[in-house]
Amino acid sequence: MAQMSYLEAGRLALAEEMRRDPRVWALGEDLGRGGVFGQYRGLQEEFGPERIVDAPISEAAIMAVAVGAAMAGTRPVVEMRFSDFALCAVDELVNQAAKARYMFGGQCRVPLVVREPIGMWRSSAAQHSQSLEAWYVHIPGLVVLAPSTPADNRALLKAAIRCDDPVVYLEHKNLWPLRGEVPDAEEVAEIGRARRLRFGEDLTIVSWSATVHAAADAAEALAEEGISVDLLDLRSLWPWDREAVLESVARTGRLLVAHEAVRVAGFGAEVAATVAEELGVPVARLGAPRVPVPYSPPLEAELHVRPEAIAAAARRLLERRATPCDPQRR
Amino acid sequence: MIEAEAPRDLDRARLVTLFRVMVAIRRFEELALEAAREGLVTGAIHPSIGQEAVAAGVCLELRREDYLLSTHRGHGHSLAKGADPFAMAAELMGRKGGTANGKGGSMHIADFSVGMLGANGVVAANIGIAAGAAHAVRLSGEDRVVCCIFGDGAVNRGPFLEGLNWAAIHRLPVLFVCEDNGFAATTRTRALTAGPGPLARARALGIDGLEVDGNDALAVSEATRALLAEIRGGNGPRFLHAKTYRLCGHTQADAGTYRSAEEVEEQRKRCPIARARALLRGAGLDERALSALEEEARAPIEAAFAAARAAPWPEPELAFTDVQDFGAEAPTRTPESAPWRR
Ligand SMILES: Cc1ncc(C[n+]2csc(CCOP(=O)(O)OP(=O)(O)O)c2C)c(N)n1
Repeated sequence: MAQMSYLEAGRLALAEEMRRDPRVWALGEDLGRGGVFGQYRGLQEEFGPERIVDAPISEAAIMAVAVGAAMAGTRPVVEMRFSDFALCAVDELVNQAAKARYMFGGQCRVPLVVREPIGMWRSSAAQHSQSLEAWYVHIPGLVVLAPSTPADNRALLKAAIRCDDPVVYLEHKNLWPLRGEVPDAEEVAEIGRARRLRFGEDLTIVSWSATVHAAADAAEALAEEGISVDLLDLRSLWPWDREAVLESVARTGRLLVAHEAVRVAGFGAEVAATVAEELGVPVARLGAPRVPVPYSPPLEAELHVRPEAIAAAARRLLERRATPCDPQRR
Repeated sequence: MIEAEAPRDLDRARLVTLFRVMVAIRRFEELALEAAREGLVTGAIHPSIGQEAVAAGVCLELRREDYLLSTHRGHGHSLAKGADPFAMAAELMGRKGGTANGKGGSMHIADFSVGMLGANGVVAANIGIAAGAAHAVRLSGEDRVVCCIFGDGAVNRGPFLEGLNWAAIHRLPVLFVCEDNGFAATTRTRALTAGPGPLARARALGIDGLEVDGNDALAVSEATRALLAEIRGGNGPRFLHAKTYRLCGHTQADAGTYRSAEEVEEQRKRCPIARARALLRGAGLDERALSALEEEARAPIEAAFAAARAAPWPEPELAFTDVQDFGAEAPTRTPESAPWRR
């Protein structure tokens, strides 16, 4: 086991995949100098400017080039710099990458990965802070991944690069410096599997990306009060691990979903609705209010889903009676 | 008749080939429109009647391994690149055996087996994708050229700038072809487009090219050949601006009220097929030989439509295939849901 940061783990994953497969290459703005966050540092030195390509500030071209290059047999990794800028390339991702395999009747695949740094970070304000995972999950054809730890950033990015369909890969900017254990052996994640951080019996908390860490803190605080939380990090939002979530909630009888994105029509709604449909148990969601992300720290703080809020929502959920009509419920 | 006098150095063999392909394209679209009138083509089609010289002149110069990316008005491009007319006709009618088993329709025809990487329902979108295909060709060290055809309306969308810029900075092997029929859907493009035109825009990015009479199949073919030679020589992308005219409606539903009948009649005199025919006549082919050529060109298209009309519907379960490997949904039909009837 090696200790490394989330950022370093992502870099390691890309380097390993580029060494393994000559068809893998990366394109994006300022990659030659390491990318805006340093997540590509040293890669152009190792792989050359033909495989770590400095792109013009031209997100639509970056994405379209990746689509064409993927259709023609290579495996591009697209860097969007900030997820917000990927909106300049929505047609290329949604109408082209996600649709080509289907609308051409399976004649081609589009094996590309779009890396999108997401989330609130250092007063980045309205155009550099968004978490839009729900939009992508809504699009048939896309795989959506959101790692929360260094080990997952390595194992999931490797899985993303090996996936034969387009993958939207959401890395949280606040997690770049997070350090953790990463196995020495090359680990490729299984897409669609959640990770259980904590086994518990009183309620299930489902989260992903940076909010997983807030949820873990909340679970710790709740444990001190004698409330045991079954905590799942989805990691993969499409496909998502319905089996793990349903198995957990079938035991605990209550579900709380917590995420950083705007709560309204967030992906938490899908998880909660699925659980309510399948099990008929009380569900609750936590997310940001439906306002753009503000600049000033006290204003931005209004949007954060903090451990205290998660713990409070968990207590409220426990006060609600489990649905009596279901004999399976305790 | 002046046009009937063939120039002495006329490349008759080449013109015969162009003529046959243009006649085939014309027949394909006549039959597609007929099928549409009968309700057999359920979605929109964008015929290219009058523009066949661009499709034939450009695409016949491409090798099988070269890639072609086309537009919503792409039947002619696909046919000239060698796509199977039965699979195309079946696709328009949403039938099994179509290029996408009926999952795409006219605007999503593709035939990867002949390097035809797809029409596109989004104007200009293929320009950047073509640059990407060429980038892959470069990375893989392959010997192919990518040809991307788009309309005059596409030059006002961002991908025109972004895709051409990318191809230029990387000196990629792409032939960009602006098939200029004068209209962006139903509005004259010149009223919507600033500056001296598409080729000037390309040149401003360092991409040289040619302007050509897009109704003169030999001229298109000649210009394409010259530009492809430069591209294959490793000189980076090139640009062809072919001026033509759409004699039919924008779609099967367009009555063309935005232009006068006289204008269309005047343009009909420049019909590329009639012009090629007159040239061949002047070059010594008699009426009988020309009719035989036309018959030969039309027959496989007519057979393709007859077979497509008889082709079965795709199994409903096909709606659920080829979405994605991870997380694909299973068919949701329940016994209560009404079965689709022919
Ligand atoms: C991005 C986008 N906007 C609008 C449309 C609707 N549309 C379909 S064809 C067309 C006209 C395109 O004009 P041009 O590129 O000149 O091609 P033409 O139809 O003349 O062959 C339009 C506006 C579209 N398909 N894509």
